[in-house]
Amino acid sequence: MAKITGDIVIDIEKCKGCEVCNTACPQEVIGMSKEVNSKGYNYAIKVNGNCVGCANCAVVCPDGVITVYRAKV
Amino acid sequence: MKELKLMKGNEAFAEAVIRAGVDGYFGYPITPQSEVLEYLMAQKPYERTGMVVLQAESEVAAINMVYGGAACGKKVVTSSSSPGISLKQEGISYIAGAELPALILNVVRGGPGLGTIQPSQSDYFQSTKGGGHGDYKLIVLAPASVQEMADFAGLGFELAFKYRNPVLILSDGVIGQMMEKVELNPQISRRTDEEVATECPWATTGRPKNGPRRIITSLELDSAKQELHNIKLQAKYKQMQDNEVRFETFDTEDADYLLVAYGSSARICQKAVQTARKKGIKVGLLRPITLFPYPSEAISKLASQVKGILSVEMSAGQMVEDVRLAVNGKVKVEHFGRYGGIVPTPDEVVKALETKIIGG
Amino acid sequence: MTETFDKPEIRTPENLVYSKTKVLTDNVMSYCPGCGHGTAHRLIAEVIDEMGIQNNTIGVAPVGCSVLAYNFFDIDMQQAAHGRAPALATAIKRLYPGKFVFTYQGDGDLAAIGTAETIHACNRGENIVIIFINNGIYGMTGGQMAPTTLPGMPTSTSPYGRDTQIMGNPLKMTEIVATLPGTYMVTRQAVHTPAAVRKAKKAIRMAFENQKLNKGVSFVEIVSNCNSGWKLSPVKANEWMVNNMFPFYELGDIKMNGELVK
Repeated sequence: MAKITGDIVIDIEKCKGCEVCNTACPQEVIGMSKEVNSKGYNYAIKVNGNCVGCANCAVVCPDGVITVYRAKV
Repeated sequence: MKELKLMKGNEAFAEAVIRAGVDGYFGYPITPQSEVLEYLMAQKPYERTGMVVLQAESEVAAINMVYGGAACGKKVVTSSSSPGISLKQEGISYIAGAELPALILNVVRGGPGLGTIQPSQSDYFQSTKGGGHGDYKLIVLAPASVQEMADFAGLGFELAFKYRNPVLILSDGVIGQMMEKVELNPQISRRTDEEVATECPWATTGRPKNGPRRIITSLELDSAKQELHNIKLQAKYKQMQDNEVRFETFDTEDADYLLVAYGSSARICQKAVQTARKKGIKVGLLRPITLFPYPSEAISKLASQVKGILSVEMSAGQMVEDVRLAVNGKVKVEHFGRYGGIVPTPDEVVKALETKIIGG
Repeated sequence: MTETFDKPEIRTPENLVYSKTKVLTDNVMSYCPGCGHGTAHRLIAEVIDEMGIQNNTIGVAPVGCSVLAYNFFDIDMQQAAHGRAPALATAIKRLYPGKFVFTYQGDGDLAAIGTAETIHACNRGENIVIIFINNGIYGMTGGQMAPTTLPGMPTSTSPYGRDTQIMGNPLKMTEIVATLPGTYMVTRQAVHTPAAVRKAKKAIRMAFENQKLNKGVSFVEIVSNCNSGWKLSPVKANEWMVNNMFPFYELGDIKMNGELVK
C-alpha cells in the first residue's frame, strides 16, 4: 500500500502567529518559531516531518499563508 | 421631434427622466414631490425603456441605492423634499467623495423640522454650502419653470457625467406642483452595458479580464493621500466655476436697481420688474440658474452699474450672503423674503425695493 | 543548522493540494491574528475562483473591520456607508441582473445601523448574497457592545457585562430574516476548525449558485471570533466562541430552498 506524505510551505512574512493551524494539525507538525518576522510575530514552523498533506492547517489559516503538497510514495 | 404637453413640474421631471435614457430611479414618498414616483410607476418605464423604478424603504436607502447604481456607471436619480433630503445627506457626501455621477431633485418645502408642505427656498445653504459632512460641492441647478424641470433632467446628467459629480436640482413646491406647457425631448435610448463599460472605465461592472479591479470608495486612511484627494476635488469645483455658471437677466441694460432671485421667486420678480417700471423705477432682474457655481462675476459687474440690490428668496435670507460676497460692499444689498410656505406677491417685492433699497 | 523538515522533492504542481486563490490579492490583510474575517474572505474568494465569476462579480464592503475588504478581494468592489450595503447591492443587482452581487457585513453594520436595509432587502427578495460576520462586538472601533453581544458579556461600553434590563437583548437577525418570504437560503456557519471551514465554504458556494436561480436573498451568517475585542488569544477565543456563542447562535441551516428547516 502506498504511503501518503505531505509538505507545507509557510509564508512566514505574512504569518501573524495566531496558532490556529497548530491546533488544527492532526500530526502535530506545526509549532511556533522563537524568532519573529519583520512584523514581530512568532510565526508557524514545522517541528517534525510527519505532514500527510491533509491541508487542515491551510484551510483554517485566516491569512492564507500555507501552501500544501501531498504525494504517494 | 419635440412634443408639447401640459404637465405638473414633478411629472415633467419624471417624464424627462425616462426620455433622457435614465437607468434607475430610487425614491421614497414625501409631499410635495411624490408625483415623481407616482408618475414613473404609472408610466411603467420598466416596459418603456427597461428603466428600474423602486420605492425604497427610506430616503436613506434610496440615496444609497443611487450610490450603488452610480458606482456601476448607470444613470441613476432620486427625488425628495427637504426633510427627506436631510436624510440623504450622508449618502450625498459619500457620492461626492467617491466622485460618482448622480442626479438628485429637491422639491423644497418650508422648514425647519417637519415644517410645512408649502413651497419654500430655505434649503439654499444646505444645497450650496455642503449639506453633508466634508469639503464637497454639488452642481446646483434651480429651475424656474416646468420646462426647466424637464430640461434639467438631461442637463443634470450631462454635467454629472462630465464632472463625475452629483448634481442637485433645487426646485420648490411651486415649480413642482404647478402645471404649464412643456416641450419634451424625444426618447433617448438607454446606454447598453457595453457602452457604459466603454464610457465609464472606472465603474464597477465586474473586474476586467485584462485590467486591474475597480474600487469605489470615499475612504482614505492616509491623510496625505486624503489631502491630495481634497485638492483634486477643489480643482474640479474650480473648473465648474470657470465653465458652468448659468444665469439670465431681464431689463438690466438701463437698470438703476437690481433684483436677484432664483426659481419661483424669479418668476415673481419678473412681474415686480414690470410693476416697478410702470411706476418709473428702472429695475432689472438677474436669475441665477446655477446656484453652484454662482454667477458672482455677473452680479459684481452689475453692482458697478446699479445703486442697490435686493435679493429675493422664500427664506429668511440665505442666497443674500452670496450676493453680498459678489458685490463686496460696492452697493447696498438687502434681503426680502417670506417663509414658512408663504409665497410673496410682486407688489410686496416692489414695496420692499422701495423701502429697503431706494428709500432705505 | 536547524532541521527544516522540508520535502522539496514533492513540491510539484501535480502534488499541490492547497494554495491561496488568485481572487485574493497579495496584500496582507489588516485583521488581527486569528480573526475569522480572513478565513471568511478566503472562502468567498475561493468560491468566486471555482465558479469562474471573478470578472462577473461585484462586492460591497461595509463600515467596520472589513471596511478595507476591497484591498483583499481581486474583484470590483464598492465601499458602502455604515449599514447601507444591502441598498447598494439592491441597485447593482437590479441594474445588472446578470452579475453576481454580494455584501459583506459585520454585526454592527447589518444588525444595528443597517437593520432597515437588511430586512427590506431580504423582504423584497433581492437576488443577492449577504455574508454576515457575527462576532458579538464592534471590533474596528475598539470592542464596544454590538446588537449581538451576549447577555452578561463584557465590552468597552458594557464593562460589567451586558445587562439586558438596561441594554436590551441580543438580536438574532438571521432567525428574523429567515421568516421573510424574500429569503431563499439562510444558514449559520463558523470557520474555527477545518470541518467548520469546509462546511461554511459549501454554504457560501450554494449561496452564490442560488443567484442563478433568481429566487431571493441567500444569507450566510458566520459566527466568528474577535480576539482583540474579547481580549483572548486566538485559540482561547475560538474555545470561548464554542462554549458561549454557539449555544446562543446555534450553527446549522435555518432555511433551505425557500423552506424553513427548523
